[in-house]
Amino acid sequence: MVVISLIGFAVKASLGDPARELTGEAASAVEREALRARLGLDDPLSLQYARFLAAAAHGDLGASYVFKRPALEVILSKFPATFELVLSAALIVALFSLPAGLYCALRPRGLLARAIMGLSVLGISVPIFLTGIFAITLFSVELGLLPSFGRGQTVTLGPWETSFLTADGLAHLLLPAVTLSSIMLPLFIRLVRGEMLDVLDQDFIRTAWAKGLPPWRVWISHGLRNAAIPLVTLGGLQFGTLLAYTILTETVFQWPGMGFLFLDAVNRADVPLIIAYMMVVGVIFVTVNTIVDVLYVLIDPRVSLGVRAR
Amino acid sequence: MNAPATAPPRPVGLWRRLLSDRAAAAALGLLALLALASALSPFLVSQNPYDPAQLDVLDAEIPPLWSEGGVSRFPLGTDAQGRDMLSAMLFGTGISLTIGLLAVAIQAVLGVSIGLAAGYVGGRLDGLLMRIADIQLSLSTLMVAIIALAIFQTLFGAENFGRLAVPLLVVVIGVAEWPQFARTVRGSVLAERAKDYVLAAEAMGLAPLHIVWRHILPNVASSIIVVATLQVASAVMAEAALSFLGLGMPVSQPSLGALIRAGFDLIFSGVWWITMLPSLVLIALILSINLIGDFLRDALNPRLDRAR
Repeated sequence: MVVISLIGFAVKASLGDPARELTGEAASAVEREALRARLGLDDPLSLQYARFLAAAAHGDLGASYVFKRPALEVILSKFPATFELVLSAALIVALFSLPAGLYCALRPRGLLARAIMGLSVLGISVPIFLTGIFAITLFSVELGLLPSFGRGQTVTLGPWETSFLTADGLAHLLLPAVTLSSIMLPLFIRLVRGEMLDVLDQDFIRTAWAKGLPPWRVWISHGLRNAAIPLVTLGGLQFGTLLAYTILTETVFQWPGMGFLFLDAVNRADVPLIIAYMMVVGVIFVTVNTIVDVLYVLIDPRVSLGVRAR
Repeated sequence: MNAPATAPPRPVGLWRRLLSDRAAAAALGLLALLALASALSPFLVSQNPYDPAQLDVLDAEIPPLWSEGGVSRFPLGTDAQGRDMLSAMLFGTGISLTIGLLAVAIQAVLGVSIGLAAGYVGGRLDGLLMRIADIQLSLSTLMVAIIALAIFQTLFGAENFGRLAVPLLVVVIGVAEWPQFARTVRGSVLAERAKDYVLAAEAMGLAPLHIVWRHILPNVASSIIVVATLQVASAVMAEAALSFLGLGMPVSQPSLGALIRAGFDLIFSGVWWITMLPSLVLIALILSINLIGDFLRDALNPRLDRAR
């Protein structure tokens, strides 16, 4: 977090002249100077630095040049859209990768298993934005079945805008969520399969069979549970990549989330917004890693967080 | 000196095995074709797609030859600026491959040196370097690259950025992915350094640098080759993704990703070829490199992350 904030300050200090970006070429030098003075861009660097530090500590990352509202507020207003997209994609990955990976581990030579593994190579080789483009071409342009951009109709619950509650919202969510999951799915199927093959080969599995346990208990309670730790590790490691893929998916589907906003901010040199995005991503990142650590303890009683209960 | 117990497969045997593996052989053929065509593209194409003087806006958005309205001068159609798609795609493939190879070269130099140092010296240095590698990996290449390039673009302005795009992409993708090499090399070095031939070299009093360079490096080469192959695929994919986001190659000098981006705006008006044709080339490129990488991994069998 500290590193990210330092980068943030450095970026703010060194980035181009937002006054020019804002006023455009037509504005006179006088107008530009007035705007610079109003935004405090003429003050010495150290003063701007100190002001930024103090404000950041209060959660104030400066007002977006474009939206004229606090940058953090602008970013966070887009958070629900991104969160729902990521959540849906994660659900799809979990729902499909576990059964598919299990199946491929249990019947490694089966025709279906080989088909799944072959498809997974293809899935890894197709960049996510192409998956999105193909999906749009097929389902929106050719068949006209599903909408291709935006969130559709949303329901507002307090500060949260959700597309989970309307049919229109869900229809808009389907293509982006499937696209986002398509890149993670092959990776997880391969990992589930690999880990399960390893685990099922071990002695305690033989013991479990010898005890006469039903197959599903051997596979799920004994096998999957022991394969779960590397899965959670990979999930945590892949999270940063998932965020990057979210930017790509949001761009393809013009999904009004944080990534879409971020690229827009880059194009308009809206520095406070860029920094706010980096900060928010940093916070999300730290949170996810903490959750991963907690999950370790829940899955594997041998792992402790350094605090002994007894 | 003792030869290591498990000698790597001889190159000739490897070559024969590659040709007998249908998928890998097909992938190699496809890749060779793409690489050759893009390398020879200046002699093959009718126009230089990067020279605005040779483009005519009146030729814009002509569909491919087999569609209605296609003309024989542009067998695969033209893009929105009247650029011949065939020429643009061949040049774009060249750019994508060049950036991918150069970026992987940077990754390899950084990652192999760091991995060798961490694995051979061990101890606190190892701990520190691997911790840095883990942090860098968990931040994800693409995220780091997106943010770095976004900052550069704001810093330089879109126009200057376009001129610097190739070196910037190479450096950003190159620096962001070194941990892949470092971790693999370190793992292999740890396995090698306990072997007799290394102990013998140490007993002879050879300098550590000499041991690492002349004795260990050749024996971890197979894992480096495998990682390098797979990394080229991921670097090509990263370049395409960044260009698609508008953080890579400019429209005036399109790589495959930039062509796809330019065509994507027109896809709803039925102009499919500007997006779809480069997409197919890009997938063919990445898929063939990945298939060769998979083959090499199975054939050379180094210790690697199973998830890849």
